[in-house]
Amino acid sequence: MKTLATAQRILTQLRHDRRTVALMVLMPTFLLVLLRFVFNSEPMFSRAAPALLGIFPFTIMFIVTSITTLRERQTTTLERLMTMPIARLDLLLGYAIAFGLVAILQVVVAASVSWLWLGLEIKGGLGLLTLIAVLDALLGMAMGLFASAFARTEFQAVQFMPAFVMPQVLLCGLFVPRDQMATVLNWISDVLPLSYAVDALTHVTRSSDVDGTLLRNLFIVLACAVVALVLGAVTLRRKTP
Amino acid sequence: MSNFAILVDGLRVVRGGNEVVRGLTFSVPPGFVTGLIGPSGCGKTTLLRSIVGVQIIAAGSVSVTGSVGYSTQNPAVYADLTVRENLRYFAAVLEAPSSDVDRVLSDVDLVPQGDQLVGSLSGGQLARASLAVALLGSPQVLVLDEPTVELDPVLRRDLWQMFHSLAEEGRTVLVSSHVMDEAARCDRLLFMREGLLLADDTPAALRARTGSDDLEQAFLRLAVA
Repeated sequence: MKTLATAQRILTQLRHDRRTVALMVLMPTFLLVLLRFVFNSEPMFSRAAPALLGIFPFTIMFIVTSITTLRERQTTTLERLMTMPIARLDLLLGYAIAFGLVAILQVVVAASVSWLWLGLEIKGGLGLLTLIAVLDALLGMAMGLFASAFARTEFQAVQFMPAFVMPQVLLCGLFVPRDQMATVLNWISDVLPLSYAVDALTHVTRSSDVDGTLLRNLFIVLACAVVALVLGAVTLRRKTP
Repeated sequence: MSNFAILVDGLRVVRGGNEVVRGLTFSVPPGFVTGLIGPSGCGKTTLLRSIVGVQIIAAGSVSVTGSVGYSTQNPAVYADLTVRENLRYFAAVLEAPSSDVDRVLSDVDLVPQGDQLVGSLSGGQLARASLAVALLGSPQVLVLDEPTVELDPVLRRDLWQMFHSLAEEGRTVLVSSHVMDEAARCDRLLFMREGLLLADDTPAALRARTGSDDLEQAFLRLAVA
């Protein structure tokens, strides 16, 4: 009940801020359209698009969550909630549900436009692709929540985006296939969760098989999201210095 | 029924290497309006945070009898929700009846602003919106950090009347203030300075003890004693 109340509260906050919702839902689609015409080639677009369908929700959820939680910490609404009978899990799951719904909308719009207009083939189906991208968005959300604990100001929180997100984007296989990277970089990309989300998304666009590797990759993304959520929960302290 | 609403025993709090609360022991009796009076920076907020259980403490213990409503010094409400939406959310968290929303709105005189976004309220209205949240669920103990600063005198009088009527119902109200003229409106006073209590008594007893009719003078005499 309190989880749903929290999710509803966050969605109501978003409803009062239509510009943010429009940016969250339409920006990835706009960027994909732009990219399609920058490449001016369907095969090149189809190679990059699956990775970007993972990277956009991941990045946007990271930023939105780290700023939102930082704001809760600073305006002392979090302190007030911590004096009330609400579990930290209620708060975290409330965030996950609210931002998860936004992520679904974001991914469905971006993937539909890519598929219907920009010529991206999704052999594994829109449903599976959306599922992976939403898991990826939840990963971004959980990491954003964790990162916000280390930011004292909104300036710092925004700077954490390049710090946490850009290395994963560079190493996820978008620019250079992971197996062609220098050994050390390949090892690093092996321990970064975004790599597995991008592998899974690429697989779903190229094949309709649900094989062991795909399931393993999905499991890794989900497990990393859960670990980041637990770490995020640890940073939401009831008592502070 | 116990004979205290709040019991603080040997409380010490260290923040940023400084001891901000330096070994306090006192109790707050139920059914009174108790004022925590002291200059800005004397440790009032840290003490109140310890009482509501969000402050990491270095030593000692705090116990509170019954449910607590807490209002922070900075208005702890969501700027991008309306007053009513804020109250509905906090009521759900507290499992308070939904009828509480309208009750507390009229208690703090914000009915006309109920559907206004909190971000567009004036400073005084914002403080009252935050205070309204503390009244949800009719808590036994109200801990209010500077709830009446910046308010219009008429409204301030009304809020103090409300604090006293809550106390008459048997509830405990602990209000902090750095404004000395609010001290006279309390049933009991805790004078605080530099992390220590100077006094814990009724206004009348403090006037008698210090031989001063003015509570500000009483505070001064206790501070330099």
